[in-house]
Amino acid sequence: MEAYIYDAVRSPRGRGKPDGALHDITPIALVTQVLTAIRDRNGIDTADVDDLILGCVAPVGEQGTDIARLAVLTAGFAETVAGVQINRFCASGLEAVNMAIAKVMTGEAEMVVAGGIESMSRVPMGADGGAWASDPSVAYATYFAPQGIGADVIATKFGFSREDVDAYAVESQRRAKVAWDEGRFAKSILPIRDIIGQVVLTHDEHMRPETTMQSLGALKPSFTAMGEEMPGFDTIALLRYPELERVNHVHHAGNSSGIVDGSAAVLVGSKAMGEKYGLKPRARMKAMGSIGSEPLIMLTGPESIANKVLKKAGMTKADIDLWELNEAFASVVLRYMQALNLDHSQINVNGGAIAMGHPLGATGAMVLGTAIDELERSGKGTALVNLCVGAGMGTGIIIERI
Amino acid sequence: MAHTISTVIDSDGIALLTIDVPDQSMNVIGPYFIADLGAAITQLKTDDTIKGAVICSGKDSGFMAGMDLKQMSAMLFPAGNTAPDMAKIFDRVFVLNDLFRQLETCGKPVAVALEGTAMGGGLELALACHHRVLSSNPKVQIGLPEVMVGLFPGGGGSQRLPRLIGVQTALLYMLQGKSFRPPEALALKVVDELAEPGKTVEAAKAWVKANPDSSIQPWDIKGFKVPGGSGQFNPAFIQTMMAATVMTTKETQRNLHAPHALLSAVYEGIQLPMDRAIRIESKYFAKVVADPQAANMVRTLFVSKQAAERGARRPTGVDKAPTKKLAVLGAGMMGAGIANVAAQAGIEVMLLDRDMPAAERGKAHAEEQMKKRIGKGMTPEQMAQILARITPVAAATALQGCDFVIEAVFEDPAVKAEITKRVEAVLGADIIFGSNTSTLPISGLAHNWSKPENFIGIHFFSPVEKMALVEVIMGQQTGPAALAKALDFVAQIRKTPIVVNDSRGFYTSRCFATYVQEGTQMLAEGINPALIENVGKQLGMPVGPLAVSDEVSIELGYKVMQAAKVALGDAYVSSKADDVAAKMVALGRLGRKNGKGYYEYPADGGKKALWPGLATEYPLSAIQPSAQEVRERLLYRQIVECARCFTEGVLVTPQDGDIGAIFGWGFAPYTGGPFSAIDTIGAEEVVETLDRLAAEHGDRFAPPQQLREMASKGLHYYPAVSAKAA
Repeated sequence: MEAYIYDAVRSPRGRGKPDGALHDITPIALVTQVLTAIRDRNGIDTADVDDLILGCVAPVGEQGTDIARLAVLTAGFAETVAGVQINRFCASGLEAVNMAIAKVMTGEAEMVVAGGIESMSRVPMGADGGAWASDPSVAYATYFAPQGIGADVIATKFGFSREDVDAYAVESQRRAKVAWDEGRFAKSILPIRDIIGQVVLTHDEHMRPETTMQSLGALKPSFTAMGEEMPGFDTIALLRYPELERVNHVHHAGNSSGIVDGSAAVLVGSKAMGEKYGLKPRARMKAMGSIGSEPLIMLTGPESIANKVLKKAGMTKADIDLWELNEAFASVVLRYMQALNLDHSQINVNGGAIAMGHPLGATGAMVLGTAIDELERSGKGTALVNLCVGAGMGTGIIIERI
Repeated sequence: MAHTISTVIDSDGIALLTIDVPDQSMNVIGPYFIADLGAAITQLKTDDTIKGAVICSGKDSGFMAGMDLKQMSAMLFPAGNTAPDMAKIFDRVFVLNDLFRQLETCGKPVAVALEGTAMGGGLELALACHHRVLSSNPKVQIGLPEVMVGLFPGGGGSQRLPRLIGVQTALLYMLQGKSFRPPEALALKVVDELAEPGKTVEAAKAWVKANPDSSIQPWDIKGFKVPGGSGQFNPAFIQTMMAATVMTTKETQRNLHAPHALLSAVYEGIQLPMDRAIRIESKYFAKVVADPQAANMVRTLFVSKQAAERGARRPTGVDKAPTKKLAVLGAGMMGAGIANVAAQAGIEVMLLDRDMPAAERGKAHAEEQMKKRIGKGMTPEQMAQILARITPVAAATALQGCDFVIEAVFEDPAVKAEITKRVEAVLGADIIFGSNTSTLPISGLAHNWSKPENFIGIHFFSPVEKMALVEVIMGQQTGPAALAKALDFVAQIRKTPIVVNDSRGFYTSRCFATYVQEGTQMLAEGINPALIENVGKQLGMPVGPLAVSDEVSIELGYKVMQAAKVALGDAYVSSKADDVAAKMVALGRLGRKNGKGYYEYPADGGKKALWPGLATEYPLSAIQPSAQEVRERLLYRQIVECARCFTEGVLVTPQDGDIGAIFGWGFAPYTGGPFSAIDTIGAEEVVETLDRLAAEHGDRFAPPQQLREMASKGLHYYPAVSAKAA
């Protein structure tokens, strides 16, 4: 059975700090608004929705107890809609959509809402603990080092200087500003409201369009201390990559993804459902999948999954009109471009998470929506949407505009 | 039946258990002690007249030093070559853990009086008591040093110490094998109170009398929380464990297993009640014990080292000959260092150089070194007393009355010959003469002494104050009196001796050089120098081969090579490594001493970095070897040279070879040394690997015939050890 992507909606991204515009919106309230929107924009009877799949990377505290099922109830969806929370780290939002597509294709479901929620200002990254870093046997087996160290290893190993990564970041900011100014995201943004219905946020407030090479150059690298001194993760990196003399620490807050609050949802359904509600399908999946990669360098999965999905789809790079890779860190995208021989003009054309932020569990659904919007705006046909993932993974999808 | 514990019950019903293990200078845990402690615990449990107990030591040497070697060997050397039976090993190692648990749950308050040092199992026994009184004597120390010999605290220490003092602090001390001094021990709550020396038993009894119901440990009380927190939902604990793994890996380079097992024992055990926690500890301990690494490390770093220090190679039938007055010839860095350590050992030293200013500089060096230790166990008065023992002199006649000579002059045969003869003229040839030469064959230098049987090599390592090893070299004619004198001197200055036979480079210089040469060879082949250096460290060497070459100076290596060329003539085999050294010297890159070698050394003291010029002189080969290949070459080049030294009779025992390697040039300590490594890998596999490396890289890897024979007959360097033999 064919599955179609009918709609994508997202909240603007609030700064992931106590002064962020969405800091006093509970995660449940945030995702409820997004779900309500996707229902109302498409005029669907939620009794026809089989399942809600939400990515959430810190599913504890306020984001615990299967926030998807709870959101079904708080959004007033039919009781018969099931709900499940998933975690594939930074790719969770896209993984949720991929799962939705698979459910529809197999006939398990007719209509699925998939997306993500992450309120990083309220439930911080790492709040869920986990054995990865703290269980000595797991940290040992996986050569654990935090993602910032992995990003710096990528820069060192593949030859990206501080200037290279800063230049990438400046461009991301510039493109994001142009995209917002031109209303390129207008179709998908849902202004978020407070308890009494007042709008609290309409745009991605993490953006810093005034960013320059000079302003970035003044920032100290974020991971030097934890790499070289306490506790000294560079030792672990060199055990894995002994061909490097040392790790060149180049990443900082200005060239890494922003910590933000946000939520997104995508409507996936069968042909029949689209016809029932008079919905025009916007895109279809050509190939999708996930893959594992080396966990210490962590963020090099995208080049592998790109090759895997291209092969699955019987396509080559030349068949892809538009590329999107989540900007976890500048070096991640630079390496991807290097590995696939892409030009910057082909990828992340409307900026990315460095400028706008990366609400972990939701980003995957957001970048997918961004790619669909851009395909429609530009008239291009195909896009490959990709995200690097913690502990060494990559999740990707090739979509075709309909 | 040895009686290790005597029990006396006083009128208050307090049982005083005095530990005094017969035939041992220090109390150690052995099978008799375990049996006696078990019986004592049963008595505590069942005898209603006993209200509580105090445990103390009957020896002045301290409370308890840990496990008896025999007991340890029984754990570490399972009989036969069969795969370890983990269940059996667990049962064996759990015995002590179980016993201590029974002690702390016996139902009566037990206090321990630590009048003296308590280490390892001794401290673990104390931790299982309900109240600890420690002497305030600043010389006393308590600690869990098991990590230093490839084990970890397996008698409940990894579970009790964190529950007393918090996870972070406990890990810090256990991972470093660090000791607590009385003030620290009290401040950190390892012990409950300090008492004046001689009064610990009194204080312990007073506590028992005043606390008749305090027989339950804090961790057995409901609601107990580990100080500082623990568990996955505690951010501080998560941080501590995350950091601990990384910092431990920095030390172990993923070669040493015990520290990682300790981390897991703490992480997993801390989340469980004590009964289950100690079983977790014993299971991880069983894994460590089953791993040959522990046996190798205990043997070399503990058993063999101790045996060497206690005169394993000392000839029988020669009376003790401690040095009263030492003559040191040459007040350079080595001579000054030797004078320093001798003076600190209470020996009078005549420090000779060509003129008084030179001799006085040597004494000044000793003073500088000692000044650093003021306030850290050295008082100004002590320093003055020690310095007074060193007399700088400029004339050989001033050496009258010296009963041992150590020559540490310039490494040149003519210079050495001259001073040797001049000293003989003053002291006579009956005095024992030792040379600190690092490469000149002793038999040749001995020609300068009329009685060559009294001439010996005594090779120190730099810096003399820090390096434990002394390589004693027997010239062809060196006799037992000289050997005894040299070994007695090494014992006086509390260093670790090995005894080898004469040859160019002896044992340590010759074998250590191969590490540098192989690294340099790889550089010449276009192998990435960062890879060479990192793999050297990751193999377990203190630094990479290029870095160490810079440290000892490329120029020195070059000069040694030149001297060898001259001495061996046509027999000398040139190598790419020689060319590299020559080129570096020609480029004026002499090493750290002039700020540039394979590395650049910033004048402001910043971090060194590989010289970018290496990429031009030795362009990177398009195909790079794997880290595994580089590691193999660096490791096997050294061990084949060590094996050759044994074949040629330079080394007489594998113990000398293993101790010499680890303490002489920092050879991967986790292996227990090159001979332990060959035994563990197996001669067959070693020969196979060497043949493969020889085919690929050259004859320098070719295994000696003896190693082939060992391979074909399944022989080992060390005799097969069984629990009985130990």
